Amino acid sequence: MAEITADQTVITTADGVPLKSRLAQAERRKKIAAFALVLPLLAFILITFIVPILDMTFRSVDNPVVAETLPRTLAALETWKFGEVPDEPVFAILAEEMVAGSKARTIGKVATRLNYEMPGSRSTITKTARRLKRIKQGPYKEAFLKIDKKWGDPDLWARLKQIGAPYTLSYYLAAVDMQYDAEGNIVSQPEDRQIYVPLFVRTLWVSLLITGLCLLLAYPIAYLMATLPTGISNLLMIMVLLPFWTSLLVRTTSWIVLLQTEGVLNDIAVWLGLIGDDNRLQMIYNMTGTVIAMVHILLPFMVLPLFSVMKTISPSYMRAARSLGATPPRAFWTVYFPQTVPGIGAGSILVFILAIGYYITPALVGGRTGQLISNFIAFHMQKSLNWGLAAALGGILLLGVLALYWLYNRIVGIDNMKLG
Amino acid sequence: MKGLTKYTTLTAAIAAAGLLTAAPALAQKALTIVSWGGAYTKSQLEAYHKPYTAKTGIKINSADYNGGLAEIRAQVEAGNVTWDAVDLELSDVVLGCDEGILETIDISILPPAPDGTPAAKDFVPGAVHECAVGTIVWSTVYAYDTTKFPGEKPTTMADFFNVKKFPGKRGMRKGPKPQLEFALIGDGVPVDKVYEVLSTPEGVDRAFAALDRIKDDVIWWEAGAQPPQMLADGEVAMTTAYNGRLFNAIFTEKKPFEIVWDGQVWDLDLWGIPRGSKNLKQTLDFIKFSTDTQRLADQAKWISYGPVRKSSLPLVAPDMQPHMPTYTENFKNALQNNFEWWADHQDEMNERFAAWLAK
Amino acid sequence: MAALPPYAGPLERSWYYGFRVLCGLIFLFLIMPILVIVPLSFNAEPYFTFNESMLRLEPEAYSLRWYEDIFNNPQWVHSIKNSFIVAIFSTLLATFLGTLAALGLSRAYMPYRTAVMGVLISPMIVPLIITAAGMYFFYSKIGLAQTYLGLILAHTALGTPFVVITVTATLVGFDHSLTRASASLGADPTRTFFKVIVPLILPGVISGALFAFITSFDEVVVVLFLAGFEQRTIPRQMWAGIREQISPTILAVATLLITFSIVLMSVLEGLRRRNERLRGIRST
Repeated sequence: MAEITADQTVITTADGVPLKSRLAQAERRKKIAAFALVLPLLAFILITFIVPILDMTFRSVDNPVVAETLPRTLAALETWKFGEVPDEPVFAILAEEMVAGSKARTIGKVATRLNYEMPGSRSTITKTARRLKRIKQGPYKEAFLKIDKKWGDPDLWARLKQIGAPYTLSYYLAAVDMQYDAEGNIVSQPEDRQIYVPLFVRTLWVSLLITGLCLLLAYPIAYLMATLPTGISNLLMIMVLLPFWTSLLVRTTSWIVLLQTEGVLNDIAVWLGLIGDDNRLQMIYNMTGTVIAMVHILLPFMVLPLFSVMKTISPSYMRAARSLGATPPRAFWTVYFPQTVPGIGAGSILVFILAIGYYITPALVGGRTGQLISNFIAFHMQKSLNWGLAAALGGILLLGVLALYWLYNRIVGIDNMKLG
Repeated sequence: MKGLTKYTTLTAAIAAAGLLTAAPALAQKALTIVSWGGAYTKSQLEAYHKPYTAKTGIKINSADYNGGLAEIRAQVEAGNVTWDAVDLELSDVVLGCDEGILETIDISILPPAPDGTPAAKDFVPGAVHECAVGTIVWSTVYAYDTTKFPGEKPTTMADFFNVKKFPGKRGMRKGPKPQLEFALIGDGVPVDKVYEVLSTPEGVDRAFAALDRIKDDVIWWEAGAQPPQMLADGEVAMTTAYNGRLFNAIFTEKKPFEIVWDGQVWDLDLWGIPRGSKNLKQTLDFIKFSTDTQRLADQAKWISYGPVRKSSLPLVAPDMQPHMPTYTENFKNALQNNFEWWADHQDEMNERFAAWLAK
Repeated sequence: MAALPPYAGPLERSWYYGFRVLCGLIFLFLIMPILVIVPLSFNAEPYFTFNESMLRLEPEAYSLRWYEDIFNNPQWVHSIKNSFIVAIFSTLLATFLGTLAALGLSRAYMPYRTAVMGVLISPMIVPLIITAAGMYFFYSKIGLAQTYLGLILAHTALGTPFVVITVTATLVGFDHSLTRASASLGADPTRTFFKVIVPLILPGVISGALFAFITSFDEVVVVLFLAGFEQRTIPRQMWAGIREQISPTILAVATLLITFSIVLMSVLEGLRRRNERLRGIRST
């Protein structure tokens, strides 16, 4: 390509461009070419995956309903002081905006929003909106108080003003069992409503337990397969891979069939006389069911990385240790085990990441006590419809998972992720 | 490289074009009618859907849900309504109407009774609403497996909450409604005082405390088809359930169950239309068709839920009468679900119930 | 571990056999749940446990009625069709995009490699419930929720990490002198691509495609949020079935799915061997 002329101090190509810049140019072109190959997928993932998730996390702070439905009321409340009940003009504006909101059918959302911060206040809004249609003129304050005496409660007005802000942290506060009080201070939720922190703790604990159990079960069989001749170990590998390739719902179904009180395992136990027919074990629809089924589902993710690491460990190390006088346990613990630590790390983080966000299995076999944080995100998405709270819980979970992902990348490297 | 990206967009475009045109074609001439599944949906299929398809040629997709407004609100707020008509409980109708997620329905379109009585007078009170048209009277009761209680049989709501006297697992719906009512009735509150007590914070605490006493013995169900199944499988010894499902299990499937009508909580079910339905006109036509006198009476052939039109009652077969929630013998200690109370307290109770359940 | 040495003492001997029994139990734990539902799916009675006549292998105790049930039920048939439509389209798209990206990623000049890789793999890492919730809001907004296209795009995003990982892995051992040799022998880049690169990475591409296929085929969380009644897939139908009442029909479907996964697994194993042979890697 480039013709090097020795008599010049600056090396140039045939057309006189310095070689250095030409090389840089070529390199840039290659970089662009490589990047261009990746670009379609990158763009695809950004649009179909990353943007939706960012959009969802935005919902955890977005709070437009009240600001859009009652803008003039909020403006009129600017000068309002905490602890007071506003006067007639504010009521008049609110009445007008509530009637308009009623017509546009947006007032229900305001009621829902207020209800999050002040439980039981939904009806105050909906009832008032319904009856206001019949009240054509003032004085409104009197009319409001007649419909519901809660309008005389200064706290209600404080809350109304509070939820009028276009952005809010209250969903995140709720996700960690805190809340704003009427004056805007951050306080703990009442005792009977504190569920999310214990739930996060439970999710972490259960994920750790599952990771530990997976390690405990995966280590022996990975070791066995790594030390057996290829033919037999390939055969055994099928037993690991078949569950891996089998539908999640199939595996969950089989655990229900096996574990339920009238199921196969209980039947066998009764048949063997281990337990009586009327005190069959409750092994499903509780935490036990969740843990058993999830360990089964995640076990291959632990076996595979362990196996691929153990495969590379030469058996001569162990023989050397033995010949130097180490007892088998000592040889294993000081020589073999340390070499498998990268496999343990890779498998454990992977299993932990997958366990912490699991939804399907706990939902199907978890019953009341076996639910994890994902199930509550789904609950708020589909049942309670508190999408802000769902987004906040999801945001916290996502942050945790991304931190672990980063750690995994640091320790193992995504490039080294192996499948099958 | 340019060729390649062009190819990508081309493939995507072809796939998109093919599917986008295919999807509406599939959806066009069909209504999606959503109900509670199992034996109940089957009764609607026989009494409403099949005759309607026979008459108009319009296909009906029947989908199942487990009550509540969640899916409807989700569809309306996301601007993506795929359900055309939904079988709703009255309290959900009131709430959904307030929230603006249900279409308003002009009741003057409904056909009069055969004797000419206008629809507004023919329906029982509460069964025609600004946003919905009623179909059935149904009730939540509890039933037990007779083989599990050879000696003394449970007869009252208090027996359901007495696991010492009547040992065995209990099945209950995973939600506060009507578990709180049952808890208070079981705790000795007379049926006409239940909502009065429930309107005080102490009353709610009392209800949860009563539930607390059997919490460890309860297996929670969500779909109406589950409780008879749980009873049949021996997962529970007694369970709350919708009376029609139990009727189906006892008389069609010949299961050894016994219904306890004491303390039953009855309610109405209505057709509502999610706001923004793509087939509004057709759906209204379906509702008109399915709530006429004959259709409502037909429905009671298939399941033991009472019709909400007075003119349908004489058309219901006499041998079906004793299984209706409204039959005198069954109705002695019955409570009507207070839809206003629930519309006001639904969110709060749902949340408290979820928190209580998770503890 | 490979074999018990002749000089092993009684302690070592019992440990050796004890260890094997332990491993056997763990393998049993892995495989039993899958195998136990196969015979139950042929149960003539609608129960989920082995009755005496089944154990005595009486022919009347077994039947194919639950399999007939699947094919007589329009909802199941529809969901099977849907599962294949969605999985096939998303696999094609994922394989195409993923292979291109892997080719770019394994070039030495790829800028921001780690960061880009991190983004591309993320659909595999982010909990599905978060993905599903995010997609639900966003796809509804742009009119893609409850459409086949929306579901295909979502499953494509979930499937691409597998393609990227497997194809990149194939390219790690790729000998670049082969392309130079091809070029020096007069082949243009297109010809080199199809005649040299493609045959070498094909096993990786196909196994990536299989992963993408099974990911879509087995996925239920996103389907729960994103699919309408028309787009119900097999797992969605199973989910509804398990939640309400497990009918033996579900066991029959499960058995069909197990058979299907055995087929896919065999294809993959065959490919892995072919790949090792082609690249001259001996399994050690």
